[in-house]
Amino acid sequence: MNKIIIIIKREYLTRVRNKTFLLSTFLLPLVMMVFIFGSAYLGAKSIKQYKIAVKDETGLYQNKLKNSDAAFYGYPANVSMSNYRKEGYDGLLMVYSKDNATADSARLYSEKELGLATDEAIKKQLQKINEERLLLAKGVSRAIIDSIHVQSENEELLNYRSYKVSGTELKEGNKKLSSIVGFISGIIIYITLFIYGASVMRGVMEEKTNRIAEVMVSSVKPFQLMLGKIVGIAAVGLTQLLLWIILIALLMTILPMIMSPEMMQQAQSGQAIPGGAAQSSSAANMIAQSTGIDIAGANWPLIIGCFLFYFLGGYLFYASLFAAVGSVINEDPQEAQSLMLPITMPIIFGFIMLTSTIQNPSGPLAFWGSIIPFTSPIVMMGRIPSGVPESVPYWQLGLSMVLLVAGFYFTTWLSAKIYRTGILMYGKKASWKEMIKWAFTKA
Amino acid sequence: MSTILEIQNLKKYFSSQKAVDDISFSIEKGSIFGLLGPNGAGKTTLIRMITGIFYPDAGNILLNGKKFDPVNDVIDIGYMPEERGLYKKMKVGEQAMYLAQLKGLSKQDAFNKVKYWFEKFEMGSWWNKKVEDLSKGMGQKLQFVTTVLHEPKLVILDEPFSGLDPVNSNLIKDEIFNLAQKGTTIIFSTHRMEQVEEICDHIVLVNKGNKILDGSVKEIKQQFKQHIFKAELNQLPAVLQHPSFNIVEQKGNNLTLRINKGYQSNDILLHFINQQSVIVAYHEILPSLNEIFIRLVEGTPTSRQFQTVTA
Repeated sequence: MNKIIIIIKREYLTRVRNKTFLLSTFLLPLVMMVFIFGSAYLGAKSIKQYKIAVKDETGLYQNKLKNSDAAFYGYPANVSMSNYRKEGYDGLLMVYSKDNATADSARLYSEKELGLATDEAIKKQLQKINEERLLLAKGVSRAIIDSIHVQSENEELLNYRSYKVSGTELKEGNKKLSSIVGFISGIIIYITLFIYGASVMRGVMEEKTNRIAEVMVSSVKPFQLMLGKIVGIAAVGLTQLLLWIILIALLMTILPMIMSPEMMQQAQSGQAIPGGAAQSSSAANMIAQSTGIDIAGANWPLIIGCFLFYFLGGYLFYASLFAAVGSVINEDPQEAQSLMLPITMPIIFGFIMLTSTIQNPSGPLAFWGSIIPFTSPIVMMGRIPSGVPESVPYWQLGLSMVLLVAGFYFTTWLSAKIYRTGILMYGKKASWKEMIKWAFTKA
Repeated sequence: MSTILEIQNLKKYFSSQKAVDDISFSIEKGSIFGLLGPNGAGKTTLIRMITGIFYPDAGNILLNGKKFDPVNDVIDIGYMPEERGLYKKMKVGEQAMYLAQLKGLSKQDAFNKVKYWFEKFEMGSWWNKKVEDLSKGMGQKLQFVTTVLHEPKLVILDEPFSGLDPVNSNLIKDEIFNLAQKGTTIIFSTHRMEQVEEICDHIVLVNKGNKILDGSVKEIKQQFKQHIFKAELNQLPAVLQHPSFNIVEQKGNNLTLRINKGYQSNDILLHFINQQSVIVAYHEILPSLNEIFIRLVEGTPTSRQFQTVTA
């Protein structure tokens, strides 16, 4: 037992002290945050105000169109298709009329595409004015219309929310959040399975090709050597994940403070959320306002707990298989490719299943994918954020966890037998048939 | 002298061949024991069983008279395999400490012993160097130190001199004698017969998984001698022929003779003395281990043929 701890310590320290570990740990969150905030900023910036020349045959819209972020209206005299550019306008809005009583048709002309935001803004304004005109025609007084407008803007008349019903309890539905959290955690597990699995494989290959294995196994059992490496790298992975979580949390609180209020305003108003609350410097609020996602509403302890469990479980399940593959190959990395395929295929399948799981977290594909240990670490993380026990009943979560634990006991046992023979074989690559034979014969 | 290691009817069969097929021998404490054999004879498999890497299919290994326990007895064994290496990215000092601790030494113990051996082999300045920065010879020296620093009672060296220059070879050779003098038993495996003749007290020759020779170097040479003598005379006698011998080779006054059956070496001397020749030198030529090795192994294909095993 003591020897395993010495091995774990070495595996952990040599990797954590490595420069690439430090670099990837500290740069990745930074790159991610720059990417997220950068794209929010650019998104806000990309809404451009265009100058629209209005040629109104009816005279109904004259000076009534309200300027917005996306459109500024001008009413130059004698404007036409041939000269609006010279007058300094980006587009020409022509309003036609059949007669004064019915709705009119309107056409927007421009040399380049003016964008969805401008299009929407113009359409909204036209509809609003048209509506007012119809109301006035039906005898509603100007005063009443104005007062309704004021009231509608002050109060949030239409307060729309969706709820999940479980028993007598009502829970606020949060589809967007759960799918984002599920997808991100699934992807992180998918990526880390590859990163740390490959790290285990490389470590085993190093021991084999540098001929350290035989020196080592004269002091420790091959199983201790393999397990020490797997656990050591698991500790490296956990350290990296924890550092990422801490760093991202730190950056989330610091970045909004650094960003100028102007940028914040743009980032918020850019998404044009109705009834946006007062300015706030907290990132959670900012994300809530800019995307309509309520971060505080999710069951974070459960999600993070499950994430760590499935990260570790999935890693342990696959790491020993990667170790077994590493033990049978020699210097040639091409050999690794073909032997790794049967291990990487289920991981990739898990990722493919994740995308459809996000859309339907309770469907049969999501169910089976999240129960079978080969894919459960990835697929289950896509389901959990949509709610336990509403979308994932407790028995399913329990079964999935038990099977994953049983699964990694099995793969570790199997791999240990292949590993034991493999690390002392020099010269030739073992086939899968031989590896299976090693696994089921005595030492 | 007492026996430190006793091998009794050891067998290990792999699916394609009988790697070790019923081998027995014993090794005296404090001796230098040569384990010889051509490539693929089963030496490495035998050694792997002695070091606890493989479990024998049948037979016993007794260490100090007790059944060998791979888990607890590793502290008593130091093994330098033929296929050996070190972690390239690790620092020399840390590497030595790591291997010492894996043998079961405490951190403090390991540190003191690594320090002692590094000073002894003038490796003190290497401590913070990375293993990949060492030359091949330096690496071998470090490997030797990591094999013996926990003061095992039994040291197993498989081709210990490969890659070493004569100076470092002598350094390690002296250390091997030194350890044996202090009571450490050494198993020495190699193809280099001149080294075996120089170093080993006792040898076992294995071929195709079987033991074909077992004894002290002296005994074996006696056993395989071909009764050939070399005589140097100041002048050749008038009558050179005599029924006691045949001349194998003649170079001026130097004769190589083979004694015929029923005669002794003194009969030849008497003949020369009777012929009034002055004998300048007269000695027996014993076969070298190399010759014995080749004679015994000859006829065996250079690599073992695969055979199906039903066991």
